[in-house]
Amino acid sequence: MESKSKGYWNPYMGGIALGIVLFLSFFILGNGLGASGALQRLVAWMVDVVSPVYAEGNNYWGHYFADGRSVFDHWLIYEVLGVFVGGFLSGLLAGRLKIGTDMGPRWTKHKRWAFAFAGGIIMGYGARLARGCTSGQALSGGSVLAAGSWAFMLMIFVTAYATAYFVRKQWI
Amino acid sequence: MAPFLVNGYFGDQTSYIIEFIIGIAFGFILERSGFGKSTKLAAQFYFKDLTVFKVMFTTIIVAMMLVFFTTGFGWLNFEWVGVNETYLWSQILGGALMGVGFVVGGFCPGTSIVAAATGRIDAVFFLLGTLVAMFGWGETVELWGDFYTKAGYYGRLTLDQVFGLPTGVVIFFIVIGALALFYGAEKVEKLVNEGSKS
Repeated sequence: MESKSKGYWNPYMGGIALGIVLFLSFFILGNGLGASGALQRLVAWMVDVVSPVYAEGNNYWGHYFADGRSVFDHWLIYEVLGVFVGGFLSGLLAGRLKIGTDMGPRWTKHKRWAFAFAGGIIMGYGARLARGCTSGQALSGGSVLAAGSWAFMLMIFVTAYATAYFVRKQWI
Repeated sequence: MAPFLVNGYFGDQTSYIIEFIIGIAFGFILERSGFGKSTKLAAQFYFKDLTVFKVMFTTIIVAMMLVFFTTGFGWLNFEWVGVNETYLWSQILGGALMGVGFVVGGFCPGTSIVAAATGRIDAVFFLLGTLVAMFGWGETVELWGDFYTKAGYYGRLTLDQVFGLPTGVVIFFIVIGALALFYGAEKVEKLVNEGSKS
């Protein structure tokens, strides 16, 4: 298969490595991995840049500023910066750094961008409603047996498979 | 006794450096597993390439067993480990939205960061959409009212408590289930990919 000739790791090896990393995070720091929470903090910061009065007085945005600390003074920010750097390093070492867009043969670049943007909106909103994304809920919550995280994970697979048929031209 | 941060072995500053290193490892492994490529992620939902499932569940069972054994040996205080509280209905609806977003957008938040780091333009559009949604969330969270804050709230609830079984038994079943699904996944991939070639 194409994917294997490009030097991707065996998925089980990747999973074992990531499982050890996730465990170390729990063992050393007491928390799992995350991603969407850092993006939410970035947005809170942007809201604050545009209007500090609004952000800091608002019920929701205000809680990011309530303790007088910077919104970036949080572990998620450092972890996600690491994710960016780690992804970049891996791509660099594997010769996979390339500007481009991935899609199926029957799709166009602009339609792909529009779908990516729309999908990002749906997923971003869902991640906030669920209080976490695939990293924070599925991987982290799943491995410490959090009941709601397992229900969450199951739902992701159910609706993704249910929707796949309707967007198949984008991918296959 | 672990977790070291919660137990006060070091402070926030040190923990941020460790978080950064853990993040690097996380991002590196995601990219190495092919998660920086939307077509590979989406192939999961057409049964063509089940890497997403395999990596996710291997990660979960490995981390789960290590947490369980180190707790059993008395090295880790599980009470101090962060366990996501269960808000059943908002998690179910949020997960349902994310499944749709995954196959429409081609990423999840973590993988889109890795993909953007390696130059994927679709991932940049995805991330922009995510940021827009998060602004929208902040502006609409109050409309959800009790549904978000109370519906199906069980606090720190783990599967062993749900089923009333010892933790080790639940873990045993999850591992056996995962191994059976891995076996099935290999079979399905072979079937689907042979079918599409002929």
